[in-house]
Amino acid sequence: MKVGVVIFPDSNSDVDALNALAVAGVEPVKLWHESPDLQGVSAVILPGGFAYGDYIRAGVIARFSPVMRGVSAFAAEGGLVLGICNGFQVLAESRLVPGALLRNRSLRFACKLVDIKPERLDSPFTRAATGKPLHIPIAHGEGCYYADEATLDELEANGQVLFRYVRTDGAPALDPDEPANPNGSLRAIAGVCNAARNVAGLMPHPERMSETILGSDDGMQLIRSLVISAAERAAAAGPAIVGGTR
Amino acid sequence: MSDFRYAVNVLPKPGILDPQGRAVELSLPHLNVTTVSRVRVGRRVELTVTAASEAEALAVVDALAKEMLSNPLIETYAIALLEATSSAVSTGGLSAAGSTRS
Repeated sequence: MKVGVVIFPDSNSDVDALNALAVAGVEPVKLWHESPDLQGVSAVILPGGFAYGDYIRAGVIARFSPVMRGVSAFAAEGGLVLGICNGFQVLAESRLVPGALLRNRSLRFACKLVDIKPERLDSPFTRAATGKPLHIPIAHGEGCYYADEATLDELEANGQVLFRYVRTDGAPALDPDEPANPNGSLRAIAGVCNAARNVAGLMPHPERMSETILGSDDGMQLIRSLVISAAERAAAAGPAIVGGTR
Repeated sequence: MSDFRYAVNVLPKPGILDPQGRAVELSLPHLNVTTVSRVRVGRRVELTVTAASEAEALAVVDALAKEMLSNPLIETYAIALLEATSSAVSTGGLSAAGSTRS
């Protein structure tokens, strides 16, 4: 089974994502930003970085790239798309997930390890998670999750909040100024998904914690979740899609 | 055809956290400035649209402002016409500055 990683100009976590997929036992495929052809992959990762220099706003220029036409069509058909860090910003700007990522409340680029907790374990992106907090890195200047109050309420009601920043005791870091909330995100939101639950984005980097030699393999809980869900979808789609020959 | 020069001014929506504006505001005491408040930091984009009419040009810049130059979830924008120049007869400087739309 193939899982794609989009490469935009200034993507910088694409190699980490490709490696994490290889560790998970699937064939990683590079998807160049200038082509809308997704090469028959069963899921897509939009990796971290600074696509198109993050000019205007992080993610907005990437939104209009040819590959995003392919990704949007894939998502509309129920295809699984995971945006990590800059990839989350691209998905938000593309309106494929709700909300926006603002400049960090501290105004500082935040590069450190944080704790996030999966809010639910029945999503395609968290099904292989233990439910305990994950200790994984962030590296971003614009990660402050924002949506208006009505949208936030709706996300909570629909179970679309996938991850929250948590304190060491596991409680959500709801105060936007507390240290465990690294960027001032409203309701401590670190990751969300769309209403159909096939498109998700998060600011932290699971792909950078994919092997114990890197310090931890906490992130593999999420990469494995994606791979299991993609394999299920590929199997359900039947041999025509899996074989890719007809 | 004419060339229409526009400025698109983008600002964070009222009530949206604007850490850049806050940082500017917090630095004001260092300048011994005590009379300035409510600082908001946005961005200004200037561009030229070639079109048959001002209405046509405005439609182009409005769509661009909505789709790319601003994010309607978090920002507002205002469009100002800076200059209109006939491409055929380059007289230059036919100005309608100050016209805004948001």
